[in-house]
Amino acid sequence: MPEYVIVALVKIALLIGGLMTAAAYFVLLERWMAAWIQDRKGPNRVGIPLTKIKLFGLGQPLADGVKFILKEEYTPGHVDKFLYSLAPISILAAALASFAVVPVGDRLPAIFGYGPFDLTAAPGIDVGMIYVFALSSIAVYGVILGGWASNNKYSFLGGLRSSAQLIAYELPMGLGILGIVLASGSLRLETIINAQASSGLWNVFWQPIGFVVFVIAAFAEAARLPFDLPEAEQELIGGYHTEYSGLRLLMYLVAEFLHMIMAAFLIVILFLGGWHFWGLTGDATGEITWGQAILRHIILMSKITGVILFFMLVRWSWPRFRFDQLMALAWKVMLPLGMVNLVVIAVLVEFQPQLIERAGGRGMASLLMIGASWLIGIICWAAVAWASPLGTDNRPVYGKIGAME
Amino acid sequence: MKSDDPDITWVEEPKLGLTGRMYLPLLVQGLTTTARHLISPKVTVSFPEERPQIGNPLIYRGVHRLNKDAEGRVKCVACFLCATACPAHCIDIIAAESPWPDREKYPESFVIDELRCIFCGMCEEACPVDAVELTSLMDLTGRSREEMIFDKEKLLSVYDMTKDAEPMKSIALGGTV
Repeated sequence: MPEYVIVALVKIALLIGGLMTAAAYFVLLERWMAAWIQDRKGPNRVGIPLTKIKLFGLGQPLADGVKFILKEEYTPGHVDKFLYSLAPISILAAALASFAVVPVGDRLPAIFGYGPFDLTAAPGIDVGMIYVFALSSIAVYGVILGGWASNNKYSFLGGLRSSAQLIAYELPMGLGILGIVLASGSLRLETIINAQASSGLWNVFWQPIGFVVFVIAAFAEAARLPFDLPEAEQELIGGYHTEYSGLRLLMYLVAEFLHMIMAAFLIVILFLGGWHFWGLTGDATGEITWGQAILRHIILMSKITGVILFFMLVRWSWPRFRFDQLMALAWKVMLPLGMVNLVVIAVLVEFQPQLIERAGGRGMASLLMIGASWLIGIICWAAVAWASPLGTDNRPVYGKIGAME
Repeated sequence: MKSDDPDITWVEEPKLGLTGRMYLPLLVQGLTTTARHLISPKVTVSFPEERPQIGNPLIYRGVHRLNKDAEGRVKCVACFLCATACPAHCIDIIAAESPWPDREKYPESFVIDELRCIFCGMCEEACPVDAVELTSLMDLTGRSREEMIFDKEKLLSVYDMTKDAEPMKSIALGGTV
């Protein structure tokens, strides 16, 4: 077997193992955050089995997994059996496969003269962003297939709702990314990080509109509160996965957490500089030492954990949108803002060389770019607020005389 | 319901200013609230290790006990008022002639089925001699149904167990000794 096959297999094994473990422990973190925000302590009992060691409840994911596996996997009699089994598999497979092009660090130096290794399962794919987008669109299939195959009116309506939401928010998400692609000139995630690392200017600083649009769209794509209408657990029974139980339900839930992890990865890689941190991570190009490689990995992971903690904090901070507000936000706010972002970034990128020349240096030009984009960002936000397309009060007018007779 | 009904007050939706429409105050409010609760002290009681604070043991309705008088005799006079008052019919008394001169009857057997009991406290209220009382023991468990049927000895032993922590309520609440 050629060496590159072995390397690829090892990477895939590490990636899938790491992702599954991460998803399990993020479930625990989610429960902890929920508990802490509600002034509770959260799961803190399960430790090592058959002992009294509690380990702050770190055994909980294992117990949850065992519970899901041992539960009866009940297939209702009225479902379309083939599609019913296919739906969770497709959503989980797509969610896992989309991580193939995502760098989980920079690279490792050579081991025994072999290497260096890229910390990406499939390094050097030039269409990385498009690949991620294509695969995350397949999530819609899993959702709508699950709703359809359940052969249950409410599951189907839940599936339709979620597919409408996911499709609507793919557009602003794409528009948010276009600015990044324009700026770095590549769809490769590694190149996007390197562009930010070499200039030291994270994209979030000079693309604020793009960042806001992308983060909101990422929340909606991951179906997190305040956009969790697909499975608003207080209102619906669970939407498209109402009829699922046991391992198949677990697949849906894991896929959901993988979507959230993917969203966090994308936010960090595209806007928050990936593994770069000023004064710590060293030169982006050239040789890399072990210390630097590990440091870059740790920085990337801590940024992602921070973003995910923000996701979980947001879940309990803001109420859920109504469905018409959700759609209005996507089509009337996010889409125009994304367009404006694209134009602003295009102009800034086009005139960057002249700007550097006129302002006399890169630093001054960067400052000017940051100032201009933030100014336009604030104006855009104020304009949206002034036009207020979200204020769609659709209650019947009772106050007027004769309205209710 | 008519719209000009004088009992109806029509409330106009408050008009939002520009900052309100920009969602900024709402976003900040939400995040500060959750962030404050994230680090605030927790209210969970880790039960077996930590005991919950019982507000007032005198009025708490937990496991029953049969009180003893100063000479160590059971105070109950087998009048059946508690068994009559009990809405769950969980008290079973067999009366016998009292061996003591100051009362006519005493309970030969006094059984409370703790599994049927709904802990309403009617027995305690009905008792004319303040013999049956509800303690503040709240973690009542057992491994079998038989174990949860408390006979006279067990109910008296509950009294011995709790008399120091909870003196007879009847005294505190101004009843007979």
